[in-house]
Amino acid sequence: MSRYLLNKFLYTVDRDPALVERYREDPRGTVTWWEAERANQILNCHVPEASTWLRFADVEREALASHDYVKLFELGAHPFLTLTLFIAMFERDHEPLGFQQEYARRLAHFSLPYPDIAT
Amino acid sequence: MAKLVAVIASTHHPFYYRASTAQGEDRPPFADEWVRKITAFRETLTRARPDVLVMVGSDHFHQLWLDNMPQFLVGKAPFYDANWYNEEREFGLPRMLLRGQEDLSAYLLREGLDAGFDLAYSNELRIDHSITCPIITLRPEADLPIVPIYTNIFAPPLPQPKRFVQLGRTIRQLIESWPGDQRVAVIGTGHLSLELGGPRQFGEHGPDPEFDRRAVEWIGSGDLAGCLSEVTLDSLHAPGNATHGFMDFMLMMGVAGDGAKADYVDTLDLFHTMEAYFTWYPDGVPAVGEQGTVAA
Repeated sequence: MSRYLLNKFLYTVDRDPALVERYREDPRGTVTWWEAERANQILNCHVPEASTWLRFADVEREALASHDYVKLFELGAHPFLTLTLFIAMFERDHEPLGFQQEYARRLAHFSLPYPDIAT
Repeated sequence: MAKLVAVIASTHHPFYYRASTAQGEDRPPFADEWVRKITAFRETLTRARPDVLVMVGSDHFHQLWLDNMPQFLVGKAPFYDANWYNEEREFGLPRMLLRGQEDLSAYLLREGLDAGFDLAYSNELRIDHSITCPIITLRPEADLPIVPIYTNIFAPPLPQPKRFVQLGRTIRQLIESWPGDQRVAVIGTGHLSLELGGPRQFGEHGPDPEFDRRAVEWIGSGDLAGCLSEVTLDSLHAPGNATHGFMDFMLMMGVAGDGAKADYVDTLDLFHTMEAYFTWYPDGVPAVGEQGTVAA
């Protein structure tokens, strides 16, 4: 399991306006492309100096591909990254604060301690 | 030597800019009261007549990332661009450019390293809303040079709370030993109880009003001993999953000093989180100006 890689996906998509829209419209295709082309790029290094070992666990890949932010919370993806990106994708479809409150309701079955987010 | 003329601790609420500038139907009902409180808080900095601002905040996964994560970082650059695409997108924050006080950055790094803090540094740092929010609220002219100091309250493993306090004490000692006659204010921002991306987020109040009440008491009375006896990295999960930002308030209590009662305390209960504003005057309360008063 790689919480780091989950976070890296959320982080790199969130900071790119085109990728935010691409992930909103085609989550499975974006995840497949990203894992093949982007997962191993070290962010501050030249492309030929990429890593060689990063890949999603099946449950992680499926959570991202299905926009399942409840599962991402359970898997320990950083909650700030998940929230920020999902607000960017879906707040527009709701009343003001409606998405954020629905997000909280869908996580209501979690109690302390929450899933570990350490990477 | 330089003078530490004000120590200010504040929450950093990224929605303030939009709420305070919105007009007509877009203006939220709490905006006018919020603006009044911020305007009074701003006066506590203005009265201190600072020349330089040391700004303590925390990068929210903008420039600092998990492949290279510092615990404490000092910016050392002549300029700092500010705010990021996702902050413009979500909060409507403007892009900003702030001047840096590079000689003070160099001094804090050299002396801080020698005092036992292995500080990271950055010569090209784009700062985020943890530092620009207090610029917007407290010094909207954005005309003073800054030294940004980032802490990791965000990406575990985190430093212990006592380490934040120790760094605050050291920052104060270093500022007061900085050669020159500059008037320095330290402004740090953090959170009271806060939940982000969890089941307690975006409620009618902050996720733990009782923690908030006790936190305001600790800060306002300078009760570092009481605060340190109860706050741990584990305990901060209970009030809300983003409450580790409270450690930046603890850092500012370290700057203000043990037992230092704040000269100005104010709060505002909003949806999602409680706002809290504190000012200390280590060099004595400045004379009351015509524009406002300090209410302890």
